[in-house]
Amino acid sequence: MSNVTTASTKEAKWWNGGKSPFDVEYGKVMMWYFLMSDAFTFGAFLIAYGTVRFSTNGWPNPNEVFKSYPFAGEGTNAPLVFVSIMTFILIISSVTMVLAVHAGKMMDKKGVVRNMIFTIIGGIAFLSCQAWEWNHLHHEGAWWGMNPFINADGTASTTNFTNFFFTITGFHGFHVFSGVVINIIMLIMTLLNKFEQRGHYLMIEKAGLYWHFVDLVWVFVFTCFYLL
Amino acid sequence: MSENTHEHGDPIAEIKKVTIILSVLTIIELILGFWMIGITSEGLRLAIKGTIVILMLAKAFYIVAYFMHLKHELKNLIMTIVVPLALFIWFITAFLSDGNSFRNLRNTYDPHFKAQSEIKVEKKAEGTHATEEKEGKSEPTETKKD
Repeated sequence: MSNVTTASTKEAKWWNGGKSPFDVEYGKVMMWYFLMSDAFTFGAFLIAYGTVRFSTNGWPNPNEVFKSYPFAGEGTNAPLVFVSIMTFILIISSVTMVLAVHAGKMMDKKGVVRNMIFTIIGGIAFLSCQAWEWNHLHHEGAWWGMNPFINADGTASTTNFTNFFFTITGFHGFHVFSGVVINIIMLIMTLLNKFEQRGHYLMIEKAGLYWHFVDLVWVFVFTCFYLL
Repeated sequence: MSENTHEHGDPIAEIKKVTIILSVLTIIELILGFWMIGITSEGLRLAIKGTIVILMLAKAFYIVAYFMHLKHELKNLIMTIVVPLALFIWFITAFLSDGNSFRNLRNTYDPHFKAQSEIKVEKKAEGTHATEEKEGKSEPTETKKD
């Protein structure tokens, strides 16, 4: 190559070879690609839900369906209260995950361990909330193929509402569960000094990406099912 | 690490800032959600729902950009992730308008569908299913196990 190209290296020819165009580790790129495919899976679910909702005349009122919380009496009417607690649990666990990633960059093992434990506790708390909510709805007669809630305008509803609700929150809950398992494995590996030996905490960053994605999906699920 | 992924400001301060932004956005969403409970005007409800969707997208941006660190990656990686997601614009537009069109077509050309969706049912006590009430004229369905 002539010195014309070498002179213009200031304009960063990322794809001419000899450089790392993404400048991130292989596993992290692959985690991003996986999350992208997962985003399309969740997107397909939520758009299917939206399509069915748009094609139906009536739909149950979420404020009538999700109005209870644990240890509340029969006639409680507290819409949005329980789900906002769930949302904040997930946001806070996402924050502790960022702190764990940051501690990992600083090679601060203690910080990683502490924040990973907080993240795992947050994940388990979220799963417990969801388990309670599913159980509560099931007792009210809601399940796949069963919908005890009438439409907001007082007309008879179909089972679409419960089918979508349980499928999508179930799929998200499964992601939370796998995230907790991954985080526990990361915690054990940290405690066994695996990352100290490798000299970097990149695995924590990849687990972090997954965990943030779980939080990201909840932002959409929460909005689509509980608010809209 | 190359010059492109260098440390940008104080990371802890950034995390704190984003945490506060996410919490505030969530609280605004919840306030709008509570406010919407008592509102019957369709236009206003739609406006509130639109606002909630915009707030949701803002939250998604902050999570992806700062928590998942995408904003501080190289432009090459950002484009690789964000450009394919633009498919969602078509995906959402096409499917939601298709759903809407399907409802309009059924309301116009399917009298049975329209009549069915206008029958008011009574809110029953726990344990009964709205699907049974729909065919309430036939007594045996009430006792039928489902």
